Amino acid sequence: MSIWLARLSVDRWRRASTPEADAAPTALILETAHGPRITAANDAGLAAGARPGMLLADARALCPDLAAVPADPAGDLACLEKLALWAQRWGPWSALDPPDGLLVDVTGAAHLFGGEERLLKDVAAAFAQRGLTARAALAPTAGAAWALSHYARQSAIIPPVVPSGQLRFQGRGTTEGGGGASYRDPKAGLSGQRRSPRHPDPAGRGPPPPVGEDMLRLLADLPVAALRLDEDVLTALRRLGIKRLGELAGVSGAGEEDLAREAAARDALRRRFRNGHSPAANPLLRLDQLLGKVPEPLLPVIARPIPLVQRRLMEPLRHRAPLDTVLADLAADMVRALEARGEGARRLELALWRVDGEVLQRRIELAAATREAGHITRLFAQRLDDVDAGFGIEMVQLRASWSEPLALSQADLDAAAEDHGTSLAACIDRLSVRLGPRAVTRPVLRASHIPERAQSWQPPLEPVPASQHPLAFHTRPLKLLDRPEPIAVLHAAPDGVPQRFRWRGEVREVTRAQGPERIAPEWWRERSTTRLRDYYRIEDAAGRRYWIYRLGLVGDGRGGVPEWFLQGLYA
Amino acid sequence: MFPKPSPARVLSREQPEPRWRPGLPAQPFHSEIFAPANEASGAGLALALARDALGASGEGEDTRQVLWVQDRAAIRQGGRPCLAGLPVDLAHRLIHVAAATPEDALFALEEGLKCRDLACVIGEIAGNPRALSFTASRRLSLTAERHGVRLWLVRLDAAPDLSSARMRWSARAAPSAPGRWDAAAPGPATWHAELFRARTHQPGQWSLSDDAGTLRFASEPDLEKPMESGAAPDLVHLARPTVGRSLAARVHA
Repeated sequence: MSIWLARLSVDRWRRASTPEADAAPTALILETAHGPRITAANDAGLAAGARPGMLLADARALCPDLAAVPADPAGDLACLEKLALWAQRWGPWSALDPPDGLLVDVTGAAHLFGGEERLLKDVAAAFAQRGLTARAALAPTAGAAWALSHYARQSAIIPPVVPSGQLRFQGRGTTEGGGGASYRDPKAGLSGQRRSPRHPDPAGRGPPPPVGEDMLRLLADLPVAALRLDEDVLTALRRLGIKRLGELAGVSGAGEEDLAREAAARDALRRRFRNGHSPAANPLLRLDQLLGKVPEPLLPVIARPIPLVQRRLMEPLRHRAPLDTVLADLAADMVRALEARGEGARRLELALWRVDGEVLQRRIELAAATREAGHITRLFAQRLDDVDAGFGIEMVQLRASWSEPLALSQADLDAAAEDHGTSLAACIDRLSVRLGPRAVTRPVLRASHIPERAQSWQPPLEPVPASQHPLAFHTRPLKLLDRPEPIAVLHAAPDGVPQRFRWRGEVREVTRAQGPERIAPEWWRERSTTRLRDYYRIEDAAGRRYWIYRLGLVGDGRGGVPEWFLQGLYA
Repeated sequence: MFPKPSPARVLSREQPEPRWRPGLPAQPFHSEIFAPANEASGAGLALALARDALGASGEGEDTRQVLWVQDRAAIRQGGRPCLAGLPVDLAHRLIHVAAATPEDALFALEEGLKCRDLACVIGEIAGNPRALSFTASRRLSLTAERHGVRLWLVRLDAAPDLSSARMRWSARAAPSAPGRWDAAAPGPATWHAELFRARTHQPGQWSLSDDAGTLRFASEPDLEKPMESGAAPDLVHLARPTVGRSLAARVHA
């Protein structure tokens, strides 16, 4: 649906002024290089001869008492934006059509208003209520709707009553009655006569969208200006003698009889406008857009309510401390609101409503989008020093009038680990991933007498099996070698403590010894030829303490001369 | 929001004592102990220092884990920790990491220092591997000081090269005092420890012994404590200090 607010600027001016002022001939002017130029005029002004585009001096020549009011294009555009949002009451999606039009996508929404016809009536009534002249039209494409809204009748400026009879066939979703007539009739384009077939069309009928040829037939008699073309392109077309859409479509005039000639003529036209890359400079592109053969992207208007949080206070605040508390609450709320939108505030406005109706405003601007409650609170706290609470503040409102996208950023895992350290599980995971799961282990006791078997290794975070505590009088070494290393011993008695031994190429004198502690082989597990061990704790001359054992006894029948091994290192 | 104090501030917060002694409250976060590979004096002194530091700083029972990292050469030369021989309060909370290379061992040390759930980290690296450069040791120092996890790195058969460790010890085994019950038996673990580089203390040499879990100077035997490590509890200390006090008060204290 396209809505043309034909006299937006005048309507706005009229709403702002009095009826007496409207009765006088008035023109809205804009300063140009050649002097003030009229952009719009009210009814009295038009009647007096003022026309848009005229120089004010010329208009004054026609009507000396023409009042001149500066126009406000920026205000018009802002108003149009608001209207675009407001127009989303008719459809979920609306776009601006500057300077004075709106496009609303009402696909599938017309039935909510009781059909397309009543939808248009509703549009007309709603705009009339706001005091705006509006013409609305429905069409399958935005271009066609625009064309219809602007040029549905030759006299474009008419009272804002949509000619329902005329627009009825132009409503979206309507087709020609017979399927056989759905090819283009070149005669229609040639003659330029108004072929407005008034096929009664039930509004609620399931709408197969009209194909381009069909729509072209319906729109054939609209002027080429309905294609939203630039002024110079329109001039060129006028000089070429192409005045209506039908003529542009069937440019050769040969039509069906001579397709080759038609194609050649169309090709000539395309070459004539080949430099026009923008749609507004290329009538063929515009025509295709109007017929829906080429997509026409539109920028929708999306309402972005500014984040606003407020607190109504049960008791008026008269002191600074509770105000700071409220401010901290508001900042936290604001941070939450901003976070939900993925934004950070650049400008924040704090409004304090006093009991006597006074509103105190404080505003801060931030160098970068921020979403930190503490930061916001601190900044405002400095601006609140000069607040005069009077009889008390009863409402506090905080709004972010300028916010920028600020992605939710996770302080990444490593940074968190940098600051607070990793947990034990995370640490174990990192270690086992790099070093292998077998490398990170926890020693646990096992029920065994043999020293190397009395200890096993299990994953570090698994529960430790219950075990008997080792006997306290067994003084065990701090470290055990992975496999006991043989040592050469020199001892006085074959079964006694060695006096001297050689380990790793160094001869050590034994100065102290304790032992033996006999550990018998585990016969239920080992072969019968396994020899027993006699362990000694020894200390050599340098004070190094070792755990050595003699494997077997002389004459135990399980081997020859007993061998000596060094198994553990005492601290 | 509030940045951690820089390592320099952490260290200089307390007035350092010029002479090192066991039980100092301010212990450095990164210490190195150079020790021969064919004796367990390095690991023993590291454990004693660690327990000394944890006991000085900790209150209540410490249930945090202790990470013990060894590279392959250290395991081959010095063996793995033996659970039954570990101090009782550490035995049940030891996690052992057997790293294949010094690089892996350094990685494990650093990861351990980053972990907030560890009481301390003990490392054993043999020799002077290229990976353990000054940069690597500086990384370890900074990580340890940043996260407040202490590291005792035992260097087996290593030359004291450049390092950023705050305290550097050189340890070797020393003849122990005679055992309390058996004069011929090896006594409590005793080391000759030389503090040859320290940031807050004067260098010095001591003979230290691990006396039933307490690190003390071996040269001044304290008769209040039993000399025998381990088994039979000596009840002498119940009787001696109770001059002028009731026995019950002493027991409850």
